[in-house]
Amino acid sequence: MDLAEAINAFVRWLVQNYGETFEAISQGLLSFLLFFEGLLRDLSWFWVAGLVFLAGWWLSRRLVFALGMGLGVWLIEALGLWDKGMQTLALVLAAVAVSVIIGLPLGILMGRSDRFRGFMLPILDAMQTMPSFVYLIPALLLFGLGKVPALIATVIYAVPPMIRLTDLGLRMVQREVMEAAEAFGATSWQRLLKVELPLALPNLLAGLNQTTMMALAMVVIASMIGARGLGEEVLLGIQRLDVGRGAVAGVAIVALAIVLDRLIQAAGQRAVKRYREER
Amino acid sequence: MSFIRVENLYKIFGPKAGQALEMVQGGTDKDTLFQKIRHVLGLNRINLEVKQGEFFVIMGLSGSGKSTLLRVLNRLIEPTAGRVLVGDTEVTTLPHKELLRFRQDTFGMVFQHFALLPHYNILRNVAFPLELKGLSRKEREEQGMAWLERVGLSGYEKHYPGQLSGGQKQRVGLARALCANPPILLMDEAFSALDPLIRKEMQDELLRLQQELKKTIVFVTHDLDEAMRLGDRIAIMRDGEVVQVGTAEEILARPADDYVAAFLSGVNPAKIYKVEELVQEPVTVVLEREGLRSALRKMGQAGAVNAYVVNRSGFFQGMVRAEKLAEALKAEGERGGLESLLEPLPALSPGQTLEEALPLFSETALPLPILDEKGRLLGVVTRGRLIAAMAGRYVPQ
Repeated sequence: MDLAEAINAFVRWLVQNYGETFEAISQGLLSFLLFFEGLLRDLSWFWVAGLVFLAGWWLSRRLVFALGMGLGVWLIEALGLWDKGMQTLALVLAAVAVSVIIGLPLGILMGRSDRFRGFMLPILDAMQTMPSFVYLIPALLLFGLGKVPALIATVIYAVPPMIRLTDLGLRMVQREVMEAAEAFGATSWQRLLKVELPLALPNLLAGLNQTTMMALAMVVIASMIGARGLGEEVLLGIQRLDVGRGAVAGVAIVALAIVLDRLIQAAGQRAVKRYREER
Repeated sequence: MSFIRVENLYKIFGPKAGQALEMVQGGTDKDTLFQKIRHVLGLNRINLEVKQGEFFVIMGLSGSGKSTLLRVLNRLIEPTAGRVLVGDTEVTTLPHKELLRFRQDTFGMVFQHFALLPHYNILRNVAFPLELKGLSRKEREEQGMAWLERVGLSGYEKHYPGQLSGGQKQRVGLARALCANPPILLMDEAFSALDPLIRKEMQDELLRLQQELKKTIVFVTHDLDEAMRLGDRIAIMRDGEVVQVGTAEEILARPADDYVAAFLSGVNPAKIYKVEELVQEPVTVVLEREGLRSALRKMGQAGAVNAYVVNRSGFFQGMVRAEKLAEALKAEGERGGLESLLEPLPALSPGQTLEEALPLFSETALPLPILDEKGRLLGVVTRGRLIAAMAGRYVPQ
């Protein structure tokens, strides 16, 4: 089929003509990722567990919850996967950060313009139904092997829920409340910052949560193009038919997932608790 | 002097509003327009004037365009054609930035479902217009607290809207609308979501505030009783058109067409008419100036069975009956004074509705005097005219 050939030609053309641009992007993303990695790997497990414990306590005010969060972090150390775990966490955090930077503005535009929404919906559908392996190939071609293509593939896979739920959150703000802001002369920015985003916060955090979970799920797949970390362990387990090795890495990924998921959920509950108390 | 002026205003909802406008100006009506090109005629050639300090009510059934008209005044909805002027400013041509500023300075708005910001506490909600204007936190909180106190909600400043009852929420809504001290209040079915008792309470509160503040209020409602109770003047709308504008009494006395008449059929005149509208000239006797004989002659000429006695300054002293006067004249001659024959009567005061006055008429069959606040006699109201007015048989001029 000619379509496949055409896409190949297009990617070749991109690489030939914009190689330097991609190199620059690659360098930028790499230093961004390395910033997270350096931060996490420099800290001992004790400090990270301590910070997570404090965050858990501050968000929920429940000691058992906070202890559980700290314990989850300790588990990764106990499984002997601390360094790999932190590499994975750095990739996930960087991917989530990039996803928010891209997803939030796109979601806001979708929430405000029906036209743009009509344009974006099929793209998002395609992004979410496309097998995730497909993202690996162009990322590989444009950025080579390593952490950066892994980051990009992860972002493409993980960004749709952030966009969708931002859009949804904005659209769920009561019409009359928006009208009130307008009637009192709010500018577009004031409406966004004082009304829309605060009221969409529960949805934004739900989007953040899903994006984080999807980024974690992509970690194993991304290890195929050179992302280090827990995914690599799983991959090695598969290649060597070492069930134990794969399972242990799997448990560490689950521990990370649970800690991130519960922390974000606690943040969401804390954000609305203030005013959701009916009389 | 008119403060808000609306000239030849049209609003048509739909993508080809320009084409639809030509059809409407050519005489196409609302139903035909919808059948032909699926465009909805929201407002059809509206012309209105609202005076400074006036309480102006726009009334109509749902779909009559009243809320649309209200929103065109501050351009929450853009009109298809026509002009809106507030003072010397032509609102309809203001560029976007100036429009925002103009809204901040000119309009306060109150919404049917309150439209408070659930994530802000009550104080911040009230001071929200000031926050948008960029005032310092200290100024905002000072003014916000002052307005909270005025609507009777001091002590609630740290609460959140979710913790308040409907009536309290709308007090917050009212305080917020007033907080930036705008000259105009736009109220969209402001009390319609409240239960009847609270609604009455809020209406009283609004009237009390209006006495002090003298804002120009445009109040939208579908409730005729509310319209008649609150409005200095009322505009009745149907199918995007203003069918009649006038005071409650004018509309009740002379409905412009059958639609308005049908609308009014449920209204109780006893709640609308005021006693002074039924006033008649009584037989009056001035104490110390006129004697028994002169008083009797006056009553005889007028065919009255009693007379109302005032002193030289016009203050009401009491009532005398013709038969008692005649007896006294026979027994004592001219020497007898009027004082000993005076009888008291319950008095009406201007502004009382017929409904409020009704109980007083149960005490006597005689016409009752209307006295001003100092006690001067303004006239009398007969029981017959009261009943006729309440039955819709007598229309005050």
